[in-house]
Amino acid sequence: MKNSNISQKAGFFILFLCMFITLFFLGVLLYFIISKGINAISWEFLTSAPSGGMTEGGVAPAIVGTIYLTFGAIVFSLPLGLACAIYLTEYTPDNLVTNILRISINNLAGVPSVVFGLFGLAVFVKYLGFGVSILSGSLTLGILILPGIISASREALTSIPQSFREASLALGATRWQTIRKIVLPASLPGILTGVILSIGRAAGETAPILFTAAVFYMKGYPNSVFSEAMALPYHIYGLMMEGTFPEKQSQIAYGCALILLLMVLLISAIAIYFRQRQRRIYNGK
Amino acid sequence: MKQKIKEEIYRCIFAVLAFSSLVFLVGITLTLLTQGLPLFREVSFMNFLAGTDWYPTYDPPDFGALPLIASSAFVTLGAMFVCVPLGIGSALYMNEIAGYRQKSFLKPLVEILAGIPSVIYGFFGMVAVAPLIQRIFNLPTGLTALTGSLVLGIMATPTVASLAEDALSFVPNSFREASLAVGANRWQTLVKVVMPSAGSGISTAVILGISRAIGETMTVLMVTGGSAVIPRSFFQPVRPMTSTIASEMGEAVFGQLHYNSLFALGLVLFFTTLFFNIIAEYISSRYRLKLGMGR
Amino acid sequence: MENEVEISVSDLSFYYGKTKALKNISMDIYRNRVTAIIGPSGCGKSTFIRLFNRMNDLVPGTRAEGRINIGGLDILGTGVDVVELRRRVGMVFQKPNPFPKSIFRNVSYGLEVKNVKDKIYIEEMVEEALKNAALYEEIKDRLNDSALMLSGGQQQRLCIARCLAVKPEVILFDEPCASLDPVSTKKIEDLITELKKDYTIVIVTHNMQQAARVSDYTAFLYFGELVEYGISEKLFTVPADSRTEEYLSGKFG
Ligand SMILES: Nc1ncnc2c1ncn2[C@@H]1O[C@H](COP(=O)(O)OP(=O)(O)OP(=O)(O)O)[C@@H](O)[C@H]1O
Ligand SMILES: [Mg+2]
Repeated sequence: MKNSNISQKAGFFILFLCMFITLFFLGVLLYFIISKGINAISWEFLTSAPSGGMTEGGVAPAIVGTIYLTFGAIVFSLPLGLACAIYLTEYTPDNLVTNILRISINNLAGVPSVVFGLFGLAVFVKYLGFGVSILSGSLTLGILILPGIISASREALTSIPQSFREASLALGATRWQTIRKIVLPASLPGILTGVILSIGRAAGETAPILFTAAVFYMKGYPNSVFSEAMALPYHIYGLMMEGTFPEKQSQIAYGCALILLLMVLLISAIAIYFRQRQRRIYNGK
Repeated sequence: MKQKIKEEIYRCIFAVLAFSSLVFLVGITLTLLTQGLPLFREVSFMNFLAGTDWYPTYDPPDFGALPLIASSAFVTLGAMFVCVPLGIGSALYMNEIAGYRQKSFLKPLVEILAGIPSVIYGFFGMVAVAPLIQRIFNLPTGLTALTGSLVLGIMATPTVASLAEDALSFVPNSFREASLAVGANRWQTLVKVVMPSAGSGISTAVILGISRAIGETMTVLMVTGGSAVIPRSFFQPVRPMTSTIASEMGEAVFGQLHYNSLFALGLVLFFTTLFFNIIAEYISSRYRLKLGMGR
Repeated sequence: MENEVEISVSDLSFYYGKTKALKNISMDIYRNRVTAIIGPSGCGKSTFIRLFNRMNDLVPGTRAEGRINIGGLDILGTGVDVVELRRRVGMVFQKPNPFPKSIFRNVSYGLEVKNVKDKIYIEEMVEEALKNAALYEEIKDRLNDSALMLSGGQQQRLCIARCLAVKPEVILFDEPCASLDPVSTKKIEDLITELKKDYTIVIVTHNMQQAARVSDYTAFLYFGELVEYGISEKLFTVPADSRTEEYLSGKFG
């Protein structure tokens, strides 16, 4: 009896240690970036363009570029992903086709991000001739986040009680009316959560835009979907890897990292808060 | 009648759009094949996979990818030593030890951390971990396989923890109650009942973690140093496949062998991760059946 | 009053995959009468009435044989407009299932999906439906409140109103009082008695007293088989089949 109590204590302690170390590492990372990055950030840093050969000035074009790319990705993948989720949950029973689709969604989710980059380069940049542009980058990012949007939308749609659909159909509504008037409005918060999470993911990805959209420096701001763009994550990479003045540039990189980190953390915190609330509502308050 | 046609049209639109992910998956495969296979007109497949020299820009060039493949494997393996114990340990802690309140705080926190972009981990690795490693082990450079493994491991931990916790939460409470009821303590219950029944779910989490680590680009690109030699120790710089693609695509010329060779690397990456994902999928579908659930 | 046949079921069988859930049922259901379907759990009551508005179409891998004739139309035929059929045959479910919308929008939903645009007409119809469902007086000042704020019994009457607004010919009730308290149950029962003046009603119930109280005719289903069907009073007092008698005396089910 005594022995087993000791082993329980030891075991629990080891598990606690694992949790602690995990959070400790991540805590250090956050602390490091926040404490060093905060000095770099100022109003000017957020609103002006780089100057002095990337050693001075701000990162506004990179912020703007990231927003464009992310927005484009969502515009492309939200309708596709939502349509796919609707088809899978509302129209088809479980059969071979749904299974094939489900498997391909799961596998698409597992494709490394740099491979998406290769695909975007070969298809959008070269084959379709969009060049290195916001359009190419958005499409590539859009495909990358598509599986996430589909899964989140499916989860939201399946959480709508079947009884709503039955009631609507029994009143003589068609399938589409039921989806549009009952199912979609009720699942909107859940879908939104998925979309927000995907925004966070798209904003932080670097590898897919490496060859499809991003440049380290450009004059002015992008003025069409065919322009190249600067982007925050790529800017961090560029400052660290291609920089010629490591001292000054790593300061800017700290600032960029902090902005990106805050953007992504804030976005995912909002989404996860939404989701927790949603789950609580459906699990009977 | 008009309404019926309208319904049919909507149905068709959804059906067509639903196939997008399949189209993209097939499209990615085809693209990698058409852009990657031309390499093998000049370089034999064996020489590519087993060749030990990667000098794509020399004249004549060498396309031996073994150092890159080995580096990927090496760094991934190292990362596993970090993220498997920490991830599973954290998952067990969250699911079995932490109370309801603690868990409803920890789980979202871990999920949020899993969403930190990889470029930030890479940056952190460069400015914080690498100098530390260099100093501790007295190395010429801090950008080594060890640094890559560590940072990649830290980065993958929240993902593994979150997935493993999902698997644990599928274990019905009745299993635990049955064990506790016959006098086992919580630790015995955890080791003898919970772990075995969540085993395949946890291994799915680990396999997905491996797959993610292999495909991770920015972190290894920024912290592993980048020398294309077969790794012999953790204290030397290495050059995984992903970082090779990312760093060399800029200088590769469209349609030339170097360009093709990077797609061929992409092909190796793609099929490796696909392989792991399919295994994970297979195990997890059996796991769910075992616990008596639908998909 | 003469008995007119509203629904005529002949040689009806139904399969969930390979299992035969309904076995060669034939019966006539009369206009402006309340017909109760009773039987032990899992005997196929829900399956049976869900055929009348083709709700079972939603379950994959199912198949029906035989015929159900409603108002001269074989509703199991392939060319049947299911949407149109469901407007003629309304349904109220076991658990109240109002939509997460306002009370008004719940009741007007059936008209909305019928593409009725006339606002004044819709308002009149909603009011009439709520009155007929004996709910209007209680909620007339809160038509724009969420339907989820109502009590269970009120929600169920709202579901009835929602169904009435479409002006169906037949209303199917699948254990409408199963999740309600006795007072709400009484209200629904009174309502059903009231509604049969204008509608043909089929009600599934587990509650034998309820069947005896509200119905004119009763059918006893047992393992997918129609064991006995006739005037309620007779069926409950002098059942013809020994299985009915055993069921009524509580020997099983
Ligand atoms: N979706 C389904 N798939 C397969 N079998 C089903 C399905 N729905 C019902 N069944 C089976 O058909 C039979 C009849 O079910 P039904 O729901 O009609 O019974 P019921 O009389 O309404 O029972 P209850 O009084 O419990 O509501 C049961 O044996 C049930 O297991
Ligand atoms: Mg039933």
